[in-house]
Amino acid sequence: MSILARALAACLLGGLLGVAQAAERPEEIVIGITAFLSGPASVFGEPGQAAAEMIIDNINAQGGIDGVPVRAIYVDEGAGGEHVVSEYRRLVQQEGVSAMLASISSGNCNQIAPVAEDLKMLNIMWDCGTQRIFEEGDYRYVFRTQANATPEMVATVLYLLKTKPDFQTIAVVNQDYAWGRESWKIFSTALKALKPDVQVVAELFPKFGAPDYSTEISRLSALRPDVVLSTSWGGDLDTFVRQSAQRGLTGMSTFVLPLAESSLQRLGKDLPEGVIVGGRGDHYFLHPEFRDDPAFQAFSAEFREKTGAYPIYPVFHMAQALAALQKAYEIALENSEAWPDTEALVDAMEGIEFRGLTRPVRLREDHQGLEDQLLGTTVHSDTHDFAVLDNIMIFPADPITTPVGQISEEWVETLDPAMLEMEVDTYQHGQ
Amino acid sequence: MTPQLLWLATLDGVAYAALVFLVAVGLTLIFGVLRVLNVAHGSFYAIGAYTAASLGIAISSGGLPGWLSYPALILAAVLIGTLLGSLIERQLLARIYGKEEVLQLLVTFAVFMILEDVQRLVWGVQPYFQDTPLRLLGTMEVAGVFYTRYQLLVLPATALVVLVGLRLFLRHTLQGRVILAVTQDREAAMAMGIDAHRVYLTTFVLGASFAALGGALASPTTALVPGIGSDMIVLSFAVVATAGLGQVEGAALAALLMGLGRSFAVYMYPEFEVLMPYLIMVVVLLIRPQGLFGVAETRRI
Amino acid sequence: MLRALPPVILALLLAVLPLLATWTTVVLTLALAKGLAVLGIVVLLRAGQVSFGHALYFAASGYAAAFLAGSLGGGEVLVLLLAGLATSLLLGLAIGWFVVGYRYIFFAMLNLAFSMVLYSLLEKFFHITGGSDGLRVPRPTLLGMTLERAEFELGLFYLTLGLAVLAAFLVHRYLASPPGQALAALKTNETRLEYLGVSARAVFLGGYLISALLAGLGGTLQALVQGLVTPEMGYWVASGELVFIAILGGAGHVIGAFAGALVYEFVQIYAAAFAADVWQLILGTVLLLIILFASRGLVGMYQDLWRRGEGKEAAP
Repeated sequence: MSILARALAACLLGGLLGVAQAAERPEEIVIGITAFLSGPASVFGEPGQAAAEMIIDNINAQGGIDGVPVRAIYVDEGAGGEHVVSEYRRLVQQEGVSAMLASISSGNCNQIAPVAEDLKMLNIMWDCGTQRIFEEGDYRYVFRTQANATPEMVATVLYLLKTKPDFQTIAVVNQDYAWGRESWKIFSTALKALKPDVQVVAELFPKFGAPDYSTEISRLSALRPDVVLSTSWGGDLDTFVRQSAQRGLTGMSTFVLPLAESSLQRLGKDLPEGVIVGGRGDHYFLHPEFRDDPAFQAFSAEFREKTGAYPIYPVFHMAQALAALQKAYEIALENSEAWPDTEALVDAMEGIEFRGLTRPVRLREDHQGLEDQLLGTTVHSDTHDFAVLDNIMIFPADPITTPVGQISEEWVETLDPAMLEMEVDTYQHGQ
Repeated sequence: MTPQLLWLATLDGVAYAALVFLVAVGLTLIFGVLRVLNVAHGSFYAIGAYTAASLGIAISSGGLPGWLSYPALILAAVLIGTLLGSLIERQLLARIYGKEEVLQLLVTFAVFMILEDVQRLVWGVQPYFQDTPLRLLGTMEVAGVFYTRYQLLVLPATALVVLVGLRLFLRHTLQGRVILAVTQDREAAMAMGIDAHRVYLTTFVLGASFAALGGALASPTTALVPGIGSDMIVLSFAVVATAGLGQVEGAALAALLMGLGRSFAVYMYPEFEVLMPYLIMVVVLLIRPQGLFGVAETRRI
Repeated sequence: MLRALPPVILALLLAVLPLLATWTTVVLTLALAKGLAVLGIVVLLRAGQVSFGHALYFAASGYAAAFLAGSLGGGEVLVLLLAGLATSLLLGLAIGWFVVGYRYIFFAMLNLAFSMVLYSLLEKFFHITGGSDGLRVPRPTLLGMTLERAEFELGLFYLTLGLAVLAAFLVHRYLASPPGQALAALKTNETRLEYLGVSARAVFLGGYLISALLAGLGGTLQALVQGLVTPEMGYWVASGELVFIAILGGAGHVIGAFAGALVYEFVQIYAAAFAADVWQLILGTVLLLIILFASRGLVGMYQDLWRRGEGKEAAP
């Protein structure tokens, strides 16, 4: 064959291959988002949904991702685990989603991760806290754009021991599902490692969504522990705190509520002073490092106008997840002319660093996000009709997150009391 | 188990039992007279609770005095029981009295499903919290532990009033005796000239009102979310079956049993808390299938 | 001969559907699995009894399959099905032994009680049962073959369809047979049955075991296709739904169980996806309308249509 003919053939072939590799540029990018939209946990899921709507509107107002608009479909986790899984499948197989953000519930995350891997769908765990997923398996398609139970609980233990080093007894009241059980396991193991003489006087696990804690509160009132821990969140936490406050338990024991940042506004002055509060990450609408930042303030104001409330950590988590997704598209589009398919997106997500509204987050090689942890103690102030945080400490992610390849429950046993000497950024309210 | 804990477990159990009794007594009355197991009974509880909360919210945002929230609770119960109860009885149940038992039961099941969504549509899915009646009464100290006066006094007192009142009504008033007559032998009562259908309506409304009262009284103590009716209904089935269908005093005892069982479990074996009512039900029914106080029906040939 | 036609047509339709629209595979499998459980209710309804706790067998077998699959890292579908059936058989014997002595509301209530005991156990013992989150069921091999998801779902569907057809046929034969007729006699006149020297208890226990096995089979299949078991599988509302579907489909008919289940599952999935706040309202209203105006269910409606057609033809 002549050189010309060969060259022509090569061009044709190359052209065909190129055309074959380029995914069709879609009319819109559809993503699926699961959240609690009903039930007691909806006080938590609805702000997350509102944040997603707001952020996606802003993205589309700026032309979308590389000119393609984004649309979200929401799945209600409140309808039960089976519903979530079947809806997940339906969205992937029938609605042609490009990515899934799932879930809030640790239980749902545990169930969905293998399903996502099976369906070969990019799955971003945008809010759930269970640490088990990446410790128990290797995933290509599943990522977590926030921390997990381990750094959150370790940071809480450190804050508690730094501010109240001499307490003797502790009781726990956690929701009875994956998060409640696992978070307690990690917390108690870390506590025992850092302060071996502490005594656990009661371990209570009321049902997720339980409307009434009177018996648990009576029991704790009788036992009078120094510290009461609860990793509850949403409507459950609201009810527990209110009922405890009604019966004076909050006055008797120091309450440690690592997820209470999301309940601050709803509880108002029912949340007394002196409660240790965490935000599952460095999330707080009066974040000392960002609250004077114009972009942060603009977002907060826009969110307040849309929903009537300040942003809480599900909002920040949603912002992180969407920022990561956008970044992945950016990277994938930089690497190739063609529109990225799932494989390209997943490759782009490896080791990604992105920023939602507060400190940046980086993904490790096991797809786990490294997120700094903020905790504070409540005070009542005249500026807001709900409790705000004082004596804020922000713990860096690296020393408090389980190293890659290790199991949290084992690693946490090896924590050294010298860790308490850690230097931490500290801020007072009003600073 | 120290004496203090014993005392505390008892107090918690009694408060809880009071609420369960109010719902169960309505259920057992309805079954005794209409011979229908009303699956929608839990919905009366839930809607009564939501209505009471809404009234309470209206009162506080209207700037009205807080003590009005107490009559509001009763008002909510009466409203829901009368309106919803008579609507369901007249328009639905009345049409199916001749049909098979399973169909009657399914009608109430269908009503339950419908009312679950009605709750979502009217009140939304976010938790409702309205605790004025509870806050106004403050707390009292018993055995070193603080209880709310509402929980310790108001709930058991109301249950007691209902129990005694119902007994007096059923035994010593004409209307009450008519109800008892229809419960014991419907055909004979009708042969005596008793208008059974009017009795059905009265009983159903009464039963629904009690359930709504239970819900209204419960609403200041907890956060109201979709699904509270569903949990309450199966619990009241357990009480009613354990007591014996149609037994009012028995329902009080069974409710007490369940309440104490549950609270003692929380103190001693917390993992068994949810299990206790059903375990009790199974044990009782295996020994006495007609319930503790029920009357064994003789087989008719 | 003509009477066998509609079920055959239905079965053929179902067999072809997943090939035309792959997304229907899982939905149809779930519907048929539920239909098997409803078939169990239909058997009990033949005796004039309703169980408000049959979700117990559905859940128990599902969890048994989950435990076994979990410990084997997957296992084999046929082995898991046998495990599920065995669980239902043993549980059905243990519970049925007590329960078949009772009738009507007491029978219904006792079943409810047992199912709620199981539900509470499943929900509370987090470290064994996964608590309210439930357990994952890792994918087993199908007839020895390790399959990818799509092929596994298709294979499992055909297996379920085959089992459903087999179960329908066997139950139909059972109901026509002497034990089945004796079962029906429990409804019409139990005392006369005893006068004939037939033990009502034994007859009822036979029917009860069959219904338990059917419910267990359905539960195992659901666990396998869904890859997940949760305590909700055993909640009283699930039991209520089974009875609901039985009436929806047509209480007396074997085919009604499957027709009702198919309609119910499709309505539920689509209503839950698109009208999340009103799907229960829709289903509840449908049930009410059926009970008030078409109490013989879908099959009854179909028969009426058929009869009307025949009437028209017959008229000169």
